[in-house]
Parts: sequence; C-alpha cells; structure tokens
Amino acid sequence: MAILETQELTYTYSVGTPFEKTAVDHVSLKIEEGEMIGVMGHTGSGKSTLIQHFNGLLKPTSGKVLLDGKDIWADKDKIRDVRFKVGLVFQYPEYQIFEETVYKDIAFGPKNMGLDEAEIKRRVYETAHDIGLSEELLERSPFELSGGQKRRVAIAGVMAMEPRVLILDEPTAGLDPAGRDKILDHIKSYHERTKNTILIVSHSMEDIATFADRILVMSKAKLFCCDETVKVFARADEISRIGLDVPQITRVFGELKRRGLDFGKEVYTVGYARDLLLRQLKEREVR
Amino acid sequence: MLRDITIGQYFPGNSVIHRLDPRFKIIITIIYIVMLFTGDNFLCLAVGAVFTFGAILLSRIPLKMFFKSVKPLFIFLIITSLINLLFMSRGDVLFEWKFIKITDEGLTTSAFMVIRIVLLIMGTSLLTYTTSPITLTDAIERLLSPLRKIKFPVHELAMMMSIALRFIPTLIEETDKIMSAQKARGAEIDTGSFAVRAKNLVSILVPLFISAFRRADELATAMECRCYHGGEGRTRLRQLRSAPRDYIALAVTVLFLAAVIVLGKLF
Repeated sequence: MAILETQELTYTYSVGTPFEKTAVDHVSLKIEEGEMIGVMGHTGSGKSTLIQHFNGLLKPTSGKVLLDGKDIWADKDKIRDVRFKVGLVFQYPEYQIFEETVYKDIAFGPKNMGLDEAEIKRRVYETAHDIGLSEELLERSPFELSGGQKRRVAIAGVMAMEPRVLILDEPTAGLDPAGRDKILDHIKSYHERTKNTILIVSHSMEDIATFADRILVMSKAKLFCCDETVKVFARADEISRIGLDVPQITRVFGELKRRGLDFGKEVYTVGYARDLLLRQLKEREVR
Repeated sequence: MLRDITIGQYFPGNSVIHRLDPRFKIIITIIYIVMLFTGDNFLCLAVGAVFTFGAILLSRIPLKMFFKSVKPLFIFLIITSLINLLFMSRGDVLFEWKFIKITDEGLTTSAFMVIRIVLLIMGTSLLTYTTSPITLTDAIERLLSPLRKIKFPVHELAMMMSIALRFIPTLIEETDKIMSAQKARGAEIDTGSFAVRAKNLVSILVPLFISAFRRADELATAMECRCYHGGEGRTRLRQLRSAPRDYIALAVTVLFLAAVIVLGKLF
C-alpha cells in the first residue's frame, strides 16, 4: 500500500473573491514507502501548495489526502499526529529558528511530540550527526552560525521528529555549491540509514537526476507526470515545452543522438555518461 | 486568516473617485466625518448614507468589499449597541427583567450609533480602497507641510508612514510562513490551551522580529545606495495637481454638510 496518496486533490485560494485562483487541480498520485522523489515545476506551478497538503497544513478544497490509506482529515483533532509523521521543511527554513541554542531548536519538534528528555537527547544527537553538525555546535546560539549551518540546524529540527515521510522544499536554494553538495550528501546518507520516504523540491535537474528514484512534475496546477527518472527525462521535448530543463548531459546526448551517435540509453548523470563513453571507447579499441 | 484583513487595502481602478486629488480626498473625508457627527437625527444619517452610497457607486468597487471592511469591527459594534441599549434610562420602558431595562429611546440610540459607525467605516474605507498608500502619504505630507515652520518633521513622518504601510503585507506574509513552519514542527498555534498558545507565540515573534530588523537594515542600505538624504530639496515623480473636478467634489461635500446642519436644526 502506498504511504501517501492523493485522490483528485484540488485547492483554490481566496474562494469567492476577485483573487480566486486554483493552485492544485485534480491531482491524483501515489508515493510508496522508502522512495526518494524529486519534485519539479515552474514557480507558481502549484508544487509548494501541493506539498503543504501532505502534512495537513492546507485542507483540500475537494479531494482527499491519504496517509497509510487513511484520510488525514477524517479526524480533525488528529492532524497534529499527521505533522509528526510527515515532516515538512520549508524554503529558507533558517528563518524559523528561534531558540537560544542549537540543541533547543532541534529539540522543539520532539518536545512538541511529548517525548521524554532521554529520547529527545538521543534524537538531537543522532540528527545532528546525520546532518553533519558537530557536537560542540549544539550549545552555541544558532544565530552565530553560517548560513549553511543554520540551514542544516533547521532541517535537523524536522528530521528529529523522525517523520516517516520527509519533504524538503528547495533545501539548497541560495547556498554556494559546496554547501549545496554537503546538504544533499547528508540527506542521501540519512535516506540510506533510515530508509524513510523523502520528497525534495528542486529547480536543479542535475541534483534531481543524481538522487531521485522517481520524478513528480507539476505544470500549471496540474500533475504533468509522476514516473521513473529515466522515463521522465526521456520526454525531454515535452519537459522543455512546459518551461523546465533536463540535465545538461541529457541534452548533450540528445544532440549526439540527433547527429547519428545513438547510445541506445537515456543518459542523465555525468558519472553514468563517463562510464558509458569509456566502455564504448574500450569496445572500439578491442575491435 | 490574516489574509482576510481588508483595512488599508487598495483596489486599483480608474473611476472618478480614484482620480480625485488625494489631498482633496483627505479633506473630503474629514468633512464627511464631521457630517456624520453633527447630525443627531435619522434624517441627517439618511443624507450621510446617500452621500456614502453615492460615492461607493461612483468608485465602482463592489459593495461586498465595504461590508467586509465592517466585519472585523463586528464585536465592537455589538458592544456599542448593547451599552446603549442597556444603560439608556430615558424614554418609555418596553421590556424589563431583573436589572435589565430596555427603553424605546435606548433602542433608537443604539440603532443610530450602529448605523453611524458602519457609515463611518465604509466611508473611510473608500479613501484607502481608492487611494494607493504611497499617494496617500504624499498627500498627508503636503497637507502637513505648513507645520514645517514650527520644526515639525513632516517629511520624516510621511516617510515612516509609507515604509510602515509598504511592509504590512510583507510582514503578514512572513508571519503566515513562520506560523506554517512552526505548525509543521507540531507547535500548537490555533489549537491547544491559552497557556500553550501564548508560549508558542515566542516561536513566531522571535523569527518575525529578527526578519523585521534584517529588512530594516537592508532597506536602509538600499536607500543610502540611492543617495537618500531626507526631504531637503527632494523632487517628486508625481506632482499633485488639482483639477476642476476636485473643487466640484469638495463643493458637493460642503453642500451635504450644510444640508445635514440645516436638517439637524429643523427637526
């Protein structure tokens, strides 16, 4: 059974005013346990609105959101439990930091869950380690840290609730390449350790291509497609028509194919492209 | 929730009311308020109502938006009418139960007060609905400029007002975002007991203040980069110019005020 599912999910902002706008339009999709999913879409395509439905921050205008097959809005009073099971990290999450120490800020979520002190401590230390924050940072004020470190503190604050589904809205926006790689690497190793479901919203096709099992593409409030990474990037033409890009390396190989050099496979990461080319060269040498 | 606030919202348009000189609009609004408070019978209020709805019709803004502007003050209206209803001892008693005594005069006074306040809110909303905040502060600056003679910092005041107005929507949006982020971490903000909610307010206020200070800092730098040095010798992009229609509007308003005064004296 899918861990998260939406059925004909629709959300309209400011119903009944001149500013009425449908941000999510009849979206039905299924997310399986343990998947790593990349979420793509133009600014204003509805992807941020969509992910805020997964943890019950927004209530659908019509349609349903199912967690473990159960409608999350069946019992309104239980909606907080949904937020502990589906963790959402917003864009620029460092602006939500407020505690005096890094430790306390990471502990805010677990404390709201009503866990005991020992369990909170275990979780804070474990997530700090997962996200690459050294222990001596835990007693510092979060406001003294660098931008990248603050970002990691904020992500740890959600991870520490040990949600079964972790959703990150552009976790690398505004960071330098080194900070970006660090965060993505830590998220990847967290995924390998916990086997939890992860959704990452990103504008970087290169990033998505390296980590995602499946890609979910939103376009003009509708679900454009939700499929395996290879299959999505195989539709390069359609993807660029809705204003999104495929990874540069995919474009290079697309052009090579057009000029008669067909490798017979969809290429979307540089590493894979290198292996493929080296293999081809070796085969030629043998011949 | 926070998005529903309509006070101070501007609806762009090109109606006669929109095109009036903002300085005249402010003066007309002041006369309008005087008009509502000089009249002390229902006839005067009727004249005020004709003026209000006439202006609303001319502005071509849906009437619904004006009722929406009254909504946040609903509790205030109820309290006002209750106080008038319960504590007016003059007039014939219509209903009596224990300490509660309702008189016919109490009934009319409370109805009168509620209508007066509703008209007041609707009329003044018309000013902010049809005038952009920037033009409004421009006009205030011009109207207050005589005070500069007594060393009153008119330009600084207007600048502070326009910056404050400019940042209200930004801060509302920011508050919304921070609230969602803390709710995602299980903070009880619109549920839970009062004590829990009050405690969780800290998790919203601290980030909000930090971001407000950051924005202020950035804005100051941006203004300095563009050589802002106060109001001295500063010219404007949009010069305020009065047209014949402004004088006509003013004359009509004064006429209405005169009518109210006359009606108030006669009846």
